[in-house]
Amino acid sequence: MGTFIAIVLAAVLTQNFITVKTYGICPFLGVSKKTNSAIGMGIAVTLVMAIATAVTYPLYEYVMVPLGIDFLEIIFFIFIIAALVQMIEQIIKKLSPSLYKAMGIYLPLITTNCAVLGVCELVIGDMSSIIGEAAMNTGWAVLYAVFAGVGFTLVMVIMSGLREKLNNYGEMPKAIKGFPIAMITASIICMAFTVFSYIQL
Amino acid sequence: MNKYAKITLDGILFQNPTFMLVLGTCPTLAMIHSASSAFGMGLTVIVILTLSNVIISALRKLIPNQVRIPAYIVIIATLVTLARMVLEKFVPDLYDSLGSFLALIVVNCIILGRAEAFANKHTVAESAVDGVATGIGFTLALTVMGIICEFLGSGSIFGAKIMEFKIGAFATPAGSFLVYGICIALFVYIMDSIERFRRERKNRPLTRESLVQEVA
Repeated sequence: MGTFIAIVLAAVLTQNFITVKTYGICPFLGVSKKTNSAIGMGIAVTLVMAIATAVTYPLYEYVMVPLGIDFLEIIFFIFIIAALVQMIEQIIKKLSPSLYKAMGIYLPLITTNCAVLGVCELVIGDMSSIIGEAAMNTGWAVLYAVFAGVGFTLVMVIMSGLREKLNNYGEMPKAIKGFPIAMITASIICMAFTVFSYIQL
Repeated sequence: MNKYAKITLDGILFQNPTFMLVLGTCPTLAMIHSASSAFGMGLTVIVILTLSNVIISALRKLIPNQVRIPAYIVIIATLVTLARMVLEKFVPDLYDSLGSFLALIVVNCIILGRAEAFANKHTVAESAVDGVATGIGFTLALTVMGIICEFLGSGSIFGAKIMEFKIGAFATPAGSFLVYGICIALFVYIMDSIERFRRERKNRPLTRESLVQEVA
């Protein structure tokens, strides 16, 4: 139970993917203009992160390490992620055309989202700062991926709300419009999230 | 203007990947807390970007159009794997400071972006120049921001102590975001001003008559 809480808190708050680890900034800045699209992107990323980790972690731990081909991890992982994104796209298209329409454009972009490859790389690395003495296994890896995705979605939604509000205050100077003001907003969100680093387990 | 000079200027200034196109933001934000890791990241990207541009440009007639993206990803992933082994063996300090962002160079949009937008349409020599120039643009931007962040965050530059003060926030992502945002704004403002200045000079050539008119 302790490990469970530690993983959830670390993934969502204390080591949030956007505000602390700075993974997945491209969609964070690119798709956060509207709350609806931010939620869609967040869910899609969470889904891909969870499934990608569920595939890559056992593959790495039980196939690649025993065979001594763990140095090929980057090539394997990026291919698995690309294939998974394609597959998920097809499945969602078949099962739920409305959901596919809602997040259709964001799905293919997830392949080049560093949050996905980032979580796959993180869980095969040293996780002892989060889970302590407990042994790492596929379950914890997938749990970490799911809640890292939840943390990502949370910050995306906060950001999109702030950016929608910002648009109400009239024209901005050309130099600061777009990315600069989004970065400065993100900086303030990061400062707010610093508070969670005081959580100790 | 010379073709190569134009490619170089585009890569470093007019299409600077960090400030003008805002690509490859994740490694930028993660590395600019210290000038030396920002510089190391930049150098690694220069090498990988140049090699990937050259290889992709050399193979551009062989790779079928339909499967070009997977083909590019294999080439880039192989180069990153090689870079990782080389750095781990010969520059372990840099390897540690880059951490997982070394593997994430695979999904750095600058590299795939240059492959898709430039290398598959141009000759090997042009692509090589473009890779070096874009890489230098990236490295310069990262190093400048790294120096600012490191100076404000710990009072040192490239690890050498300059002053006895620090603002802790600049060593965290919050400070990185702030410095990055302000740097983009400044860069856009300066480029815009240059552009306006050039346009005005073109419209009103600087002659004695026009100056007299302006004063009057």
